[in-house]
Amino acid sequence: MEALLVLEDGRVFEGRSFGAQGETTGEVVFATGMTGYQEVLTDPSYAGQIVTMTAAHIGNTGVNEIDPEAERPYVAGFLVRSYTDDYSSWRARTALAHYLREHEIVALADIDTRALTRHIREKGALRAAISTETDDTEYLLNLARTASPMEGLDLASGVGTRQPYTWSQGSGEWAGIASPPPRLHVVAYDFGLKRNILRKLVDHGAHVTVVPVTTTAEDVLALKPDGVFLSNGPGDPATLDYAVKHIETLLGRTPMFGICLGHQLMGLAVGGSTFKLPYGHHGCNHPVKDLSSGHVQITSQNHGFSVAAESLPDDIEVTHRNLNDGTVEGLRHTRYPAFSVQYHPEAAPGPHDADQLFTEFVRLMEQERER
Amino acid sequence: MPKRTDIHTILILGAGPIVIGQASEFDYSGVQACKALREEGFRVVLVNSNPATIMTDPEFADATYIEPLTVESVSRIIAKERPDAVLPTVGGQTALNLAVALHNAGVLDEYGCPLIGASVQAVEIAEDRELFKQAMARVGLPVARSGVAITLDEALQIVKETGFPAIIRPSFTLGGTGGGIAYNIEEFRSIVENGLDLSPTNQVLVEESVIGWKEFELEVMRDRADNVVIICSIENLDAMGVHTGDSITVAPAQTLTDREYQRLRDMAVTVMGAVGVETGGSNVQFAVNPRDGRVIVIEMNPRVSRSSALASKATGFPIAKIAAKLAVGYTLDELPNDITRETPASFEPTLDYVVVKIPRFAFEKFPGAQPNLGTQMKSVGEAMAIGRTFAEAWQKALRSLEIGRGGWGADGKEGIDGERLREYLITPRPERPFYVRYALQSGMDERQVARLTGYDPWFVAQFAHILHLEGRLRAFTLDTVPPRLLREAKRTGFSDQQLAMLLHAKPEAVRAKRKTQAIVPTYHRVDTCAAEFPALTPYLYSSYETESESDPTDRPKVIILGSGPNRIGQGLEFDYCCCHAVFALRELGYETIMVNCNPETVSTDYDTSDRLYFEPLTLEDVLNIVDEEGQGLALDPARPSPNIAVIVQFGGQTPLKLARSIEAAGVPILGTTPEAIDLAEDRERFGALLREHNIPQPANGTATSFETAVQVVQRIGFPVVVRPSYVLGGRGMAIVYTEDELRKYMREAADISPDHPVLIDKFLEDAWEFDVDAVADSEDVVIAGIMHQIELAGIHSGDSAAVLPPSMVPAEHLQTMRRYTVALAKALNVVGLMNVQYAMKDDVVYVLEVNPRASRTVPFVSKASGVPWAKVAAQVMTGRKLRQLGFTEEPVIAGFHVKEVVLPWSKFPGVDTSLGPEMRSTGEGMGSGETFGEAFAKAQLGCNRDLPRGGAVFVSVNDADKPNVVPIAREFAALGFRLVATGGTADYLAQHGVHADIVFKVNEGRPNVVDLIKNGEINLIVNTPLGQASFYDELAMRRAGVQYGVVSITTLSGAEAAIEAIKALKSGAWTVRSLQEWHALSAGLRDDQQPIT
Repeated sequence: MEALLVLEDGRVFEGRSFGAQGETTGEVVFATGMTGYQEVLTDPSYAGQIVTMTAAHIGNTGVNEIDPEAERPYVAGFLVRSYTDDYSSWRARTALAHYLREHEIVALADIDTRALTRHIREKGALRAAISTETDDTEYLLNLARTASPMEGLDLASGVGTRQPYTWSQGSGEWAGIASPPPRLHVVAYDFGLKRNILRKLVDHGAHVTVVPVTTTAEDVLALKPDGVFLSNGPGDPATLDYAVKHIETLLGRTPMFGICLGHQLMGLAVGGSTFKLPYGHHGCNHPVKDLSSGHVQITSQNHGFSVAAESLPDDIEVTHRNLNDGTVEGLRHTRYPAFSVQYHPEAAPGPHDADQLFTEFVRLMEQERER
Repeated sequence: MPKRTDIHTILILGAGPIVIGQASEFDYSGVQACKALREEGFRVVLVNSNPATIMTDPEFADATYIEPLTVESVSRIIAKERPDAVLPTVGGQTALNLAVALHNAGVLDEYGCPLIGASVQAVEIAEDRELFKQAMARVGLPVARSGVAITLDEALQIVKETGFPAIIRPSFTLGGTGGGIAYNIEEFRSIVENGLDLSPTNQVLVEESVIGWKEFELEVMRDRADNVVIICSIENLDAMGVHTGDSITVAPAQTLTDREYQRLRDMAVTVMGAVGVETGGSNVQFAVNPRDGRVIVIEMNPRVSRSSALASKATGFPIAKIAAKLAVGYTLDELPNDITRETPASFEPTLDYVVVKIPRFAFEKFPGAQPNLGTQMKSVGEAMAIGRTFAEAWQKALRSLEIGRGGWGADGKEGIDGERLREYLITPRPERPFYVRYALQSGMDERQVARLTGYDPWFVAQFAHILHLEGRLRAFTLDTVPPRLLREAKRTGFSDQQLAMLLHAKPEAVRAKRKTQAIVPTYHRVDTCAAEFPALTPYLYSSYETESESDPTDRPKVIILGSGPNRIGQGLEFDYCCCHAVFALRELGYETIMVNCNPETVSTDYDTSDRLYFEPLTLEDVLNIVDEEGQGLALDPARPSPNIAVIVQFGGQTPLKLARSIEAAGVPILGTTPEAIDLAEDRERFGALLREHNIPQPANGTATSFETAVQVVQRIGFPVVVRPSYVLGGRGMAIVYTEDELRKYMREAADISPDHPVLIDKFLEDAWEFDVDAVADSEDVVIAGIMHQIELAGIHSGDSAAVLPPSMVPAEHLQTMRRYTVALAKALNVVGLMNVQYAMKDDVVYVLEVNPRASRTVPFVSKASGVPWAKVAAQVMTGRKLRQLGFTEEPVIAGFHVKEVVLPWSKFPGVDTSLGPEMRSTGEGMGSGETFGEAFAKAQLGCNRDLPRGGAVFVSVNDADKPNVVPIAREFAALGFRLVATGGTADYLAQHGVHADIVFKVNEGRPNVVDLIKNGEINLIVNTPLGQASFYDELAMRRAGVQYGVVSITTLSGAEAAIEAIKALKSGAWTVRSLQEWHALSAGLRDDQQPIT
């Protein structure tokens, strides 16, 4: 059945529905990774966003039980160039379309995703409406224009856990290693946490307590953590002033590691500011330079906001830069045991080049414990 | 880390002649390396024995040596040029093997020129199967269970452990030469014995079979700061068991989840470290068990490769160029991504399209060869296509192949043997995709098709979708087909030709209809980044999307049509000519637009031309490009636009076939008119033209049946040369001596019709043949060179060694050829290149053939003379005059220059290795020297044939040759060779006072000549074919010669040349000389001498 995507600037794309029926709105972003659509769909950082995959064929390997990054998909909508129901993978359990319908995700195929990507590249991320039910473009245009803009939107509190829980499962068979017995306790703020971060922490010898975004610094410290982890998540970091306050308090009192939104929050907590990138970084091929070693990592990225380098105080060192656009990719506190990266060392999807950051976090925690 | 300042001169090792498994991709990588290093200010010295390459153009290096790729020859170059470093990673396996040999001979140490880009140790680990396995084991990477054997007994022990089917891979051989799959002990013995012989280290690996597993390749780059990036993943449609060069491949990989892909990525990075590749590009191959995801590492190549050329074209990331820069010290982040210019090369390209590569085979040229695909590569070329979906790329790739198909079937040319369906699904053969189609059409379950073929079910499902769409189309005619459906069909890659068949119309009508409905292609940029950043390089492919990114300019533009996939008879030489046309026209300020679909070539490098369309060379695709580029030019045949034109005469037959239709579409064709090109091919009209100018040609006629053929032969007499009209490379050409043979030929020749008659010419036995290249404008004609073929008439000119300048021919005959050439060029009003083939017999010069277009010999003549003839021709085609350009005299050429050919016999065990009128060589080597003997010896060495300096010569000649063999035998004896001959020849020699030891023919008893060859007691074979009676005898002998590396000469003129060469080799006085030096010598002679008039 024919379906429509209408962007807030009036541009219309035609497609074919292959997910749930209905309509949806969100900010359209493009993701350039060629593998890992299951991870993308279930990454809570995509909450509120309609994701278009630039890879030509999506759904080829079906859907399996191991690859999701959360218990359900978080994207507001899903756009692809070519989808067929046939899939092939020894791990697959069902077809992608079935999974999307089950989770009520509106998805369109046969979209000219390249034209859409070029459009977003020129115009920046745009709000949009998708419908599988109406061809009334005026109505959809209005819907797109009345959708909430990403700036000023607190989505993290909506997707993070409401209740604390503990996690002790590692990567298991896929990493080819058994997880070591836990020797460190990490408390992780859940702004929209990806499962693979938890698995990686466990792989590196941690036992994790996941806490809601509203948890106070005192409550966190009461858990006697060896370190605090600040997770990835969706939305505008500037809206999370309550979380920033907790982080300010925790800085210097416990080792801290932030990823993605967690990195932006750390930037805010030390007095920096964040800004919205024109169309964000969403993919698996971004070169990031470690400024101390000169080494280049190919990184997995998914963010629409960035920390402004010039806003950072003197006791903060910029440790990593994106080689495509020069934006800040990593921070280190020169006085406190705290660091953060904008990209995703846990990958899923993406390359494993930055895995040693988890080792670095462990090293900080062990150093701190010895003191 | 910036570039190294401790090195100044770099020696680049080339790949030598084109052979199966090592083709023009190494010209592409060599050209990139030369350009990259010179751009950085290094002095580049290049050695490659292949004159057809663009890299050996004198402009691409500071010193260019077309010299043998042997330790002896390259040592002399090193001693003379004193390079600071040697780059061995852009010349394929040949260059790596040569680098190791130079190291082992102590040459690199002696002259202090270490390897850059790969260390000897890394090469050895990657190439030596046992060392590779150990290296993988050290870092915990899984490999197939296997063992290395240096004897058959050891191999038999190993196979007890690894089981059947067993894979046998000889070490250090190209394209898997000598490898195979053994299903039983008998096959196993035979493949192992052969493999041990062919391996330069006499080693074979016996390996557990992973046939049926999925095969993936990753192209990896590493710099000296240990930054590693994956440029491209490639998935083989054909499962393990088919050499990747013979497999249909798809990029990016389509059937891996991220976890599975990242695991391969991690392993590839680990392999780089374990092998010790410090900088550059490598290719790592994996097998993945589709049932449980188990992975094993198959092999890695620590150099740029065929796959890396494909990956470069598939992604827009110039692997060879970057590899060269990494080799001199740069790191990836210091180098820009050429396509985006803003972002660095330290990233991983991401694709929003699908690339399909399909190999092209030439089994029809090798009767007796099994057309089954296995672990030894047999394809001679490949086509690549880019589409927004797999289906689109798949159909485009199939029509790019030029195998007469409009896409994946639906073109009325099915030709399926339904009885053998299961066999043809299970056993990989070139036509398997069409059997898959037939199987699905006849209702075979998709899972069953996947199971029998080993294709991943996802691909089979894509095929089923194409068929389903085809079914929907069949319900309509062109008048009734809904526009939406028509668009969907185009989006799925259906060609107008296929749609014409499905919708009962003519392709022109389909085109017209869809244009009225605005169903026209959109063009997209290969941008490395899935549109994340703007692409500044116009490297384009077509699809049917909503917006086009081609952004044509309004500059005066010339479209150069390339030569498509390499095949025997149409290969690198034509790409050389196309590239030269581009170079010349760019210099003149035209915007150059290249159209080609061959990923191995320099022409499809994004910075060769101003704009590159990676598209099939069919009329539809070319006219679409003309439409796109001609926007706003109001194309009209009556008033050709001065702002757009097409060049068809440089790309061989491929573009010529399109010339008339392009002209009809209102686009001017530059140079010689298509009308004149056709005239030269038209027997009757051309014959009349020759008579008019009193130019003799062999008596001839045309026939459309056996009866009419007999009438012709009654007139002109046997023997005759017969061939179909419009062929290149002597396809289907034969020499016929009897009426029975003629009957057989006429019965078996396909496609005979009044439009396509069989051409019959009197065969001039024992004639000498000549190739003459010339360039003409509408006023002057200049001879580029006259090449004397060393083989006598009857051998295809493309398979014959040739010498330039000719020294054994009376000057008056050369003058006659010059006179005829000028007359013909003027009569045909040639503007551009022309090639004429002559035969000389009994002091009469005959014209055999005129081709008013670029010929295979243009690069050779250009290298020998120092004149870039293809460039001159391109300039002339734009209206410049030869007088203006200063090329009015045939150049005097210093020294002797010999072109020799390489033949792919070792890839086709069992086929007859004698030469004939059908071209079967894959490439050529060149040798230059002060004497003919030196040049011929170097040409042999350049083609990897080492002539013996002593030992035994086996001589067996037919009765006609017996008188002439006596002086030859005497010369061999004088050079210290022992003569061995069969009874008849030995008796004849004895009667003339030359002693030869007698040996049995194969069918007479034992020990026979084949036994002697196998025992290494024969060092050279001189055997002219004796006719049908001893056919099998000779076959067995020549086959043994191929297998045991004994040079086999099949003509007496070849034997005479060999004697001259052996004399030169024995004297040891030969020198190496760069092209630049040769050209300076020639220029000096020209200043000193009166021009040839």
